[in-house]
Amino acid sequence: MSDEILDEITATEYKYGFTTDIESDTLPPGLNEDVIRLISEKKNEPQWMLDWRLDAFKTWLEMKEPDWPNVTYAKPDFQAVSYYSAPKQKKELESLDEVDPELLRTFERLGISLDEQKRLSGVAMDVVVDSVSVATTFKKTLAEKGIIFCSMSEAIQEHPELVRKHLGTVIPKRDNFYAALNSAVFTDGSFCYIPKGVRCPMELSTYFRINEANTGQFERTLVIADEGSYVSYLEGCTAPSRDENQLHAAVVELVAMEDAEIKYSTVQNWYPGDAQGKGGVFNFVTKRGICERNAKISWTQVETGSAVTWKYPSCILKGDNSIGEFYSVAVTNNYQQADTGTKMVHLGKNTKSTIISKGISAGKSHNSYRGLVRVGARAENARNFSQCDSLLMGDQCGAHTFPYIEAQHPTAQIEHEATTSKIGEDQLFYCNQRGIGTEEAIALIVNGYCKDVLNQLPMEFAVEAQKLLEVSLEGSVG
Amino acid sequence: MIKINNLKAQVEDKEILKGINLEINPGEIHAIMGPNGSGKSTLSSVIAGRDEYEVTDGSIDFNGEDLLDLDPEERAHKGIFLSFQYPVEIPGVTVSNFIKTAINESRKGRGEEPMEAREMLAKMREKAALLEMDKSYLSRSLNEGFSGGEKKRNEIFQMAMLEPKLAILDETDSGLDIDALRIVAGGVNKLRSAENAVVIITHYQRLLDYIKPDFVHVLYNGKIVKSGGPELAHELEEKGYDWIKAENA
Ligand SMILES: Nc1ncnc2c1ncn2[C@@H]1O[C@H](COP(=O)(O)OP(=O)(O)OP(=O)(O)O)[C@@H](O)[C@H]1O
Ligand SMILES: [Mg+2]
Repeated sequence: MSDEILDEITATEYKYGFTTDIESDTLPPGLNEDVIRLISEKKNEPQWMLDWRLDAFKTWLEMKEPDWPNVTYAKPDFQAVSYYSAPKQKKELESLDEVDPELLRTFERLGISLDEQKRLSGVAMDVVVDSVSVATTFKKTLAEKGIIFCSMSEAIQEHPELVRKHLGTVIPKRDNFYAALNSAVFTDGSFCYIPKGVRCPMELSTYFRINEANTGQFERTLVIADEGSYVSYLEGCTAPSRDENQLHAAVVELVAMEDAEIKYSTVQNWYPGDAQGKGGVFNFVTKRGICERNAKISWTQVETGSAVTWKYPSCILKGDNSIGEFYSVAVTNNYQQADTGTKMVHLGKNTKSTIISKGISAGKSHNSYRGLVRVGARAENARNFSQCDSLLMGDQCGAHTFPYIEAQHPTAQIEHEATTSKIGEDQLFYCNQRGIGTEEAIALIVNGYCKDVLNQLPMEFAVEAQKLLEVSLEGSVG
Repeated sequence: MIKINNLKAQVEDKEILKGINLEINPGEIHAIMGPNGSGKSTLSSVIAGRDEYEVTDGSIDFNGEDLLDLDPEERAHKGIFLSFQYPVEIPGVTVSNFIKTAINESRKGRGEEPMEAREMLAKMREKAALLEMDKSYLSRSLNEGFSGGEKKRNEIFQMAMLEPKLAILDETDSGLDIDALRIVAGGVNKLRSAENAVVIITHYQRLLDYIKPDFVHVLYNGKIVKSGGPELAHELEEKGYDWIKAENA
């Protein structure tokens, strides 16, 4: 039986001939039509997909990089990026001794098992079989329910009608600079379809798609929940992800049809750069979901990584009675910059949205919340509640809140609450007096502060996220 | 147990404690009284190790150790507990999670294993019952939205959980209604033993009616200016502080 599993892994690896010759499978830097044709050809894509990419590329050429976010960074040189690199195996290390000890220490603090540590840091493993068999059982259960959960490349080959129908319907190619770029050059990502009336019996996690984990810098995700279905989707991992790629521009589209519900949870922990702010990933993500009648989409995110984050998971509440939720914890430390928030666009009647945003800034970092609540002319009885809290640690960091409200219907009820607080000396001394040291006290206070968001995460993810917050803020006070 | 010798402390160049001498033995109860602003809370903060206050002279010996060398949490691990005059709110952290963390961090600090969940729960139930607190308090955010009296009762609940060697109760009676005062005092009395000691900071005789002090001290202008037995508290209640102030003018 383990032979079968091994076959399966090797089969996927060789499927597109990726491992033939690593050198020739990485394109030289630069972006033009030929590069896009090549990407499409390498992936053996149908003509419509290529046309779609080329159209996105034309749009992108006419667009400008946005400069409204409250972040400063050296703009990436898009001609210096290589847009296609086969999902080659990372260089395998012989043992954990070769891994950066700092990274190992973090793994330990996060309570990540030894095997998992090896997997994450690219150490050769002979125990893969275990997780593969988990993944296999997992796939079988899903298949029985008619649920499709695969890589985007696979979906384009195997389910072209679904991809073609929905891709770019929530986030059009011309939506914004990074979305257009992603549409032109995306190399892979995840695809998920839940059939009518099916309740997905387990949390779907990219984690289980281990042999396709290497998704690269332009990731494309599409989740479709057909009428009356339910799915909870987990993205990311609490383990710190180091990546050679400086620029990440992912696109995530969610389609919640009538009476469907999608819960999308993210823990993002990309390399934030060192304590001086060098290196680190630029993360420019476009995430949006559309809700038909009575549908519901909840975004929950815990963001601790990246040097620069630019990210606004949004909901278009198109159908009557639809519901959008956004729960977010964004932590910035050292020189990190984050500009995150959400857009809730109320189009249907009796639509409801909730926004709970908790920003935590430490070190010399900057943390901005940017939220838009728009109530359209048809959206009778739309309701929104927003709560945006900022927690400052130390006096060299910054927190900024930019709430925008556009209401075109007189019945709209929009409530916005915002607070800014500091971890007080009083609170720390109180904890100290009870025997709780300062680091622990900060963790306790921060977890309390984030509780409303952490409570939205699936149980075991919440525990990991809690530990992650502790590790991210280590040494930030005192 | 604790020996305070010529303790002087200041904040922002202003001297607040001007040479305190005090010795407390196991099993004893000491009351500290004195006019507003005389330095009672400052003394308790300095004993607990708040770094806002700079100790400029003197020493504190706690069971043979120099207390001034230790961080506040280390002092807590060694058995010092302060019931705050103004307890602090920590939103989103439940009373039970807070006390669990406090107990296990203290155990860790002493090199002991964490308390088992079941034992912890049983103990919380027992101590909540002792203080006639509804169990629902345990799942509320620490002190958030608590009334003044509830906060004070919660302080004594924590004391009961942590079982300190030396407990300093800074105006624990203020804010308590008549029944609550009796309950809280009863709780403190139950926790008394020959091994531990209690310092009660108060303005009124009424708490001392329930918890009988062995010694009463008057703190005035940063110094202990008078010490006596329980009768001293009655005398103060009757005469106020003017005569003390006159004696020390
Ligand atoms: N952090 C501080 N900064 C400045 N002054 C302080 C500080 N802490 C205490 N003081 C001053 O020290 C003096 C003693 O204060 P303390 O709180 O110890 O008095 P107390 O005896 O507890 O009074 P009360 O009976 O009103 O509680 C007061 O004059 C107070 O204003
Ligand atoms: Mg006081």
